[in-house]
Amino acid sequence: MAIVKNDSVIEQEWVTVGAEGDLPSSDENLIVPLARFMEERDHLLGRNGGLGVQLNPGDVPEDLADDLDRLSIITVNFPAYTDGRGYSYGRVLRERMGFTGELRAIGDVLRDQILYMHRCGFDSYDLKVDGETALTKVRAALKEMSVYYQPTGDGRVTAQSLRERRRVALDQKAS
Amino acid sequence: MYRYDDFDRQLVQERTEQFREQVKRRLAGDITEEQFRPLRLMNGVYLQLHAYMLRVAIPYGTLRADQLRELGSIARKYDKGYGHFTTRQNIQYNWPKLDEIPDALLDLANVEMHAIQTSGNCIRNTTTDQYAGAAADEIEDPRPYCELIRQWSTFHPEFTYLPRKFKIAVTGSPNDRAAVKVHDIGLRMHQNEAGETGFEVIVGGGLGRTPFVGKTIRDFIGKNDLFSYLEAILRVYNRFGRRDNKYKARIKILVHEEGIDKIRDLVEEEWAQIRDGSLRVSDEEIAHYIAQFTPPAFETLSDDDADFEVHKAANRRFFNWVRSNVIEHKQPGYAIANVSLKPIGGIPGDATDSQMELVADLSEKYSFGDVRVTHEQNLVLPHVKKADLFALWTALDAAGLGTANLGYVTDIISCPGLDYCALATARSIPLSQRISERFGDLDRQHDIGELKIKISGCINACGHHHVGHIGILGLDKRGKEFYQITLGGDASENAEIGKIAGAGFSEAEVVDAIESLVTKYIDIRESGERFIDTYRRVGMDPFKEVLYGDR
Repeated sequence: MAIVKNDSVIEQEWVTVGAEGDLPSSDENLIVPLARFMEERDHLLGRNGGLGVQLNPGDVPEDLADDLDRLSIITVNFPAYTDGRGYSYGRVLRERMGFTGELRAIGDVLRDQILYMHRCGFDSYDLKVDGETALTKVRAALKEMSVYYQPTGDGRVTAQSLRERRRVALDQKAS
Repeated sequence: MYRYDDFDRQLVQERTEQFREQVKRRLAGDITEEQFRPLRLMNGVYLQLHAYMLRVAIPYGTLRADQLRELGSIARKYDKGYGHFTTRQNIQYNWPKLDEIPDALLDLANVEMHAIQTSGNCIRNTTTDQYAGAAADEIEDPRPYCELIRQWSTFHPEFTYLPRKFKIAVTGSPNDRAAVKVHDIGLRMHQNEAGETGFEVIVGGGLGRTPFVGKTIRDFIGKNDLFSYLEAILRVYNRFGRRDNKYKARIKILVHEEGIDKIRDLVEEEWAQIRDGSLRVSDEEIAHYIAQFTPPAFETLSDDDADFEVHKAANRRFFNWVRSNVIEHKQPGYAIANVSLKPIGGIPGDATDSQMELVADLSEKYSFGDVRVTHEQNLVLPHVKKADLFALWTALDAAGLGTANLGYVTDIISCPGLDYCALATARSIPLSQRISERFGDLDRQHDIGELKIKISGCINACGHHHVGHIGILGLDKRGKEFYQITLGGDASENAEIGKIAGAGFSEAEVVDAIESLVTKYIDIRESGERFIDTYRRVGMDPFKEVLYGDR
């Protein structure tokens, strides 16, 4: 298991708790499932440690609208790589709701999905391989393609805007 | 026709290289077949009954001559000398070797083609009217919008792992030749009250085991807003479409279970938040795409050509071909020529390498190098001078491509069926061949008139049997093939799902059953009625009676 963020392998600094059961009493950094966050919101926000939320398929990211600035991390679970709901959650959180904290893909995170995840706003990836392998995979995945047709919030320049720039440049040259 | 620029070219080349690496990893045993599966599917490579199958995308069914020639060359180099055109305007090769597929994809990339997203739970190839840019009844050429949809949907990062596959079809004509009402999204071009051209958006149509005619989610969306609206629909589907059961995962089920009004509310709410965003396409940008599809340099001609009339009068077979296969063109003096891939007793949609090369040559000679593929599994030369039709037909006929049966009872849509397909429950090709032979006589076909028979070899309905005037579904009953007949289906703007006539027929009985239906129609039709018209007038009962008597 290794987490890759910003072109490096990072430490797991978060404890993920389940839907039920006692919370760690210390000041540990906690990630709680969305349903639990909604239920125990005030208590959780009153703790000292860092707080994050885990979204599972079927969750509604919009439920976090009032609390995004209090969350350091949101993890989005892909229980199977074929379940693509998390891609929409990523874009909604980043592009619509303006979430600026860490957005981590967890679960069945495979090399061939990482570029798409990145394009949808994810900035960290929890892979089920060792650190070196994980870093190699993420690096390779992110540079495999260099042309993008769709505008997303990831900052990549689309083919369309490059074409437009070229047209403008040609027009200026011509005039 | 659209030409790749350096961005398109680079994208396809990078993809080709990526797949070559993936195949290398598979052949070296670094990844298992299970791990390789999603990777190959995203590149159109299926594992069928006997071999791998490669499905190549033909975006909106439009081919240049050099592309069709390359498809022929690929059939010869990597397959057994033929290819199969599909109901999604694509082509399939049934016998490629896995280690050679990357080379085939490279050959394709060199002519600006690919196999991207011809499989998998993503947005598939966008289909449209095969007569786009040529049809006399067209409001506007739909292909610039199709190309924009192609780009928007290619490697869409959010919509590559949808609940299920997703198919979009577009028609620019009120006479729907693209079956848009039986697609996940159908776009029908029309004008609003202000005189602007835009699209009616139809959602949730589809065939398969639960067929539905799509419902209108929006009467009119302007061209500039089309892409944000599509994105809104896809996002709603991606988030809320069912994923618990693959047979209930298409958007048609979501629309059916939640109701079109609720889905419309969700889509409108989503769209309101993105409509002014970066997916809004400007008029200038649309104009760049329209410019890519400017009409070819038509000559100014009289609509009547004396030699053409002489040939028709002198040659009965040519006359027949013109009557069935040639369609009115918007430009005077030109015609649309359909090339039937349904020779009597042949395999629907199959073409040999040399046939593909011949059609490519003929398109250069007679049709500005423009060829189309139809969802009914035929080819089209869309811009032929009437004066050239006889020479064209003569060349086609010599190569077995001059069959005069477009829209007739032998112009059968058929899926590959159990001869190739791993999902099939019965054979469809041999049945279509037998029906074709039974009705092979041309005078009889002409007398019967338009009659669309569509055959699927399993409930997934790749042969569109639900929308056949007569539909045939092949099933397996205790190890024996039997065939269920549906009547009254229609894929046009008057789309209808056919109704099951009754108990199925054995392989030995089914051709007689079809013939008895046709005979009944001939007996009771009124002047000018097609089979489907008669069926609509009299209903199921008279036909049921000839099939089952008192049973």
